[in-house]
Amino acid sequence: MNRRILAAMRYTRRNPALAVGIGLLLAILLFWGIGSIFVPFSRTSALSVPASRVPSWEFPLGTDRQGRDLLAVMIAGTSLTLRIGLIAGFIGIFIGTILGFVSAYYRGAVDTIIRGSVDVLLTVPSLLVMILVAVALKGGLTVEGMALVVSILAWVWPTRTIRAQVLTMRESGYIRVAQLSGMSSPEIIVKEMMPNLLPYLAASLVNAVAAAILASIGLEALGLGPMESPTLGMTIYWVLHYSALLHGMWWWWAPPIIIIVILFVGLFLLSTGLDELANPRVRRSV
Amino acid sequence: MNTQLLKLQELQVFYHTDEGAVKAVDGVTLSLAKGERLGLVGESGCGKSTIAMTIMGLIKSPGRIEGGKILLGEVDLTKLSEGEMRRLRLNQVGLIPQGAMNSLNPVSRVKDQIIDGMRAHNQQISKRELRSRVYEVLESVGLRRGVARMYAHELSGGMKQRVCVAIAISLHPQVVIADEPTSALDVVVQREVMETIGQLQQQLGASVILAGHDMGLMAQFVDRLAVMYAGKLVEIGPVKELFAKPLHPYTQLLLASLPGLAQRGVFRGIPGLTPSLVHVPPGCLFYPRCPQAMEICSQEVPALREGDGRQVACHLYDSEVMI
Amino acid sequence: MKSIIELRNVTKVFGGGRSSTVAVDDFSLAVDAESPPIKALVGESGSGKTTIALLMLGFILPTKGEMLYKGQNFQRLSRRERRMFHREVQAIFQDPFGVYNPFYKVDHVLDIVIAKLHLASSRAERQALKEEALRGVGIRPEETLGHYPHQLSGGQRQRVTVARALLMRPKFIIADEPVSMVDASLRATILESLTKLNRELQIPILYITHDLTTAYHVCDDITILYQGSIVESGGVEQVIKGPKHPYTQLLVGSIPWPDPSRRWGEGQVAVVDRESTGADNQCKFAPRCPFVMPICRERRPPFFQADNGHAVACYLCEDKPVVEGGKIGPC
Repeated sequence: MNRRILAAMRYTRRNPALAVGIGLLLAILLFWGIGSIFVPFSRTSALSVPASRVPSWEFPLGTDRQGRDLLAVMIAGTSLTLRIGLIAGFIGIFIGTILGFVSAYYRGAVDTIIRGSVDVLLTVPSLLVMILVAVALKGGLTVEGMALVVSILAWVWPTRTIRAQVLTMRESGYIRVAQLSGMSSPEIIVKEMMPNLLPYLAASLVNAVAAAILASIGLEALGLGPMESPTLGMTIYWVLHYSALLHGMWWWWAPPIIIIVILFVGLFLLSTGLDELANPRVRRSV
Repeated sequence: MNTQLLKLQELQVFYHTDEGAVKAVDGVTLSLAKGERLGLVGESGCGKSTIAMTIMGLIKSPGRIEGGKILLGEVDLTKLSEGEMRRLRLNQVGLIPQGAMNSLNPVSRVKDQIIDGMRAHNQQISKRELRSRVYEVLESVGLRRGVARMYAHELSGGMKQRVCVAIAISLHPQVVIADEPTSALDVVVQREVMETIGQLQQQLGASVILAGHDMGLMAQFVDRLAVMYAGKLVEIGPVKELFAKPLHPYTQLLLASLPGLAQRGVFRGIPGLTPSLVHVPPGCLFYPRCPQAMEICSQEVPALREGDGRQVACHLYDSEVMI
Repeated sequence: MKSIIELRNVTKVFGGGRSSTVAVDDFSLAVDAESPPIKALVGESGSGKTTIALLMLGFILPTKGEMLYKGQNFQRLSRRERRMFHREVQAIFQDPFGVYNPFYKVDHVLDIVIAKLHLASSRAERQALKEEALRGVGIRPEETLGHYPHQLSGGQRQRVTVARALLMRPKFIIADEPVSMVDASLRATILESLTKLNRELQIPILYITHDLTTAYHVCDDITILYQGSIVESGGVEQVIKGPKHPYTQLLVGSIPWPDPSRRWGEGQVAVVDRESTGADNQCKFAPRCPFVMPICRERRPPFFQADNGHAVACYLCEDKPVVEGGKIGPC
């Protein structure tokens, strides 16, 4: 076991992106984890605390115009926004994997249909679609509902990239040997291809999550999100709504931006790090 | 008497990996005379490519020259800076690398790639002079002038390889190193390319080091042959004598395992595997596979002994007088 | 004579329209199961030999002509018959590394076979079977089992592949350049395993290569391929010691003999610069042939029977009888 740990540590020296990315995300998770123990969720509701307070010992991040404890809001918002991202990301990868595999392995008419749809849908501005859907659903959108809206087009890009990977793998020697050994196609997909695809899927998942979070923040900032929930994007909406910038309420607009930046930098570095792990050709050094 | 153009003395090149130091080349001494064709033969992992790259100064971290010298004339190549080495490359020492056909720039024409090297060594050269040199060099490898205008993908494998040979000799270097120049080519084209290299060598009076694993190719091309095993030199001698009477057991087994056209149905592979170059066992590295092994072989590394123009590193010849 | 696999007048064209390549051109070859030979298929890269291997394994389908398995058209086989086909026709590929899934240890390729064919009913039996199979190809199980592919040498990996092919108890093995990526000293042992396979288990082998010397060493009959068509075919002694087609002569003359006193032969060497193939109705080798005659550019040469069992597609042998029905090679 010891050798494995040492080897992993040595690897992080060669792949700093992965290490730093994981570090940043762990920091955010810790923030949420420890914070949620000490700060009650009730304080994220409006009028739960005195409004417009400057940061103090009692309210380390101050309060907003509607009487919310901003520290509580940040802690809750981080987890909610992450949840949206994860749900949408997983849905996207799940559908994308199935479609990508089926399309690349079986080829023929199925491949033409799936590939055609992907190519067309990639040109559609996804934010526009989501805005239309969100407007149609206006009122009563929950966090989970938000995740579903964002996942409408989340599967398109993963389908394409996974299909490309599977197409390459399909021609490799070990797949031919598996066919010669009498393995059926589903068996080959699950037992021979999947294990090699896992690092690549992980990288795609991280990308999908990041894209989903970005989309959700965008929609929420426009006022199309779950109005009752204190997600990071909703905080931005209220910041804009109440002109917090003009009023100099820096403790209101700065924290969500900082957290969002850390989140994205962390996800990006993690994705780069996983890419290098998954793709031996990109790997530096011997 | 200094007709020795290039001398390697106790050269050591190690690759430092997580597992430890890989002793790719461990104490190799050999020399190359002017106008000579020297073969460097061995199987994968024996160190021949490392030697080729080291002479060109192309070894990069985690590889490092741990010891020894490479003397080109009076100059020790191991002590040169990158800038000084660059001046020597192409000018004095040319390389035809492995898979050379894939080292041509796909978006430049052939003539531009040849000119690149020439201009790097001489900024003053005129356009007209460059053009005539390009044609001259293409003709010397048996390609017609029209090739200068072409792109790499328009050429066949053999033609691409000959362009690489042309680049390597474009500045008339004294030493040409060919590292498996024909490995991706089929037998007919291989013969052509090797004959081209041979003719050029004679015209330029240059010396050639041919590194490879094909004993047949060595027999056809080189004057003297050096056999390598696991990073060490085991035998060196004039090619005819070496084939007629191989001294080192490895050379003997290697020759016996070749499917020649003489005996059908007889197979004599060498059992066992090459040793690890990281955890190097004491004594002779061929000991576990050697049919003539003695006790001393597992304890002491055999030194390279000389006699009558031949050298061999084997305890069988410790006391014998070399005839 | 029932052949196990037969390619009958097969043509395979890749790509379409202007950029199409004819990889295999009206090619016929039959492999019979009785007195099973080791047949060699020799050609340079681009001659179509790998395409022929893929056709015979059923991985690709011919554009024209038929691939027959035990006399039946492959495309008309039932599912059960196709499964039997995949069991009986096995292959050993060129790249000893690419055939292993890097995620698994090398045991995996053997485990799949044992599982699919229900060759063992317990873990102990399976282990014993694997060890026996490996010893049968001359490697030590303790040095190979339980290791990852990158931890073994090319020679070891290739021999595990041979062991795997053996476990399937095939009726026919296609070996596509099995030793070209293996070190010289290990080649002999792998070739020895293949020969043993053929003699002891009576399995016919198609040995595809560009290396005439190993083909001579291992095979009984040899077929020379040039740009997708057969140019010469016959017993290995006949073709190599007395080649009749100028291309075969060129091949034999370009072999680097491991004998310094026997340098590359002189004599008329064919032009090597590759020019695009001419029209359909001329001999494919005509642009490079030092003995080219007017008739070579007018019509494709048929197969002439130069000797018993030795057929040549070249007008230099015009005086010999034409082979009937395109059936060439020893029957």
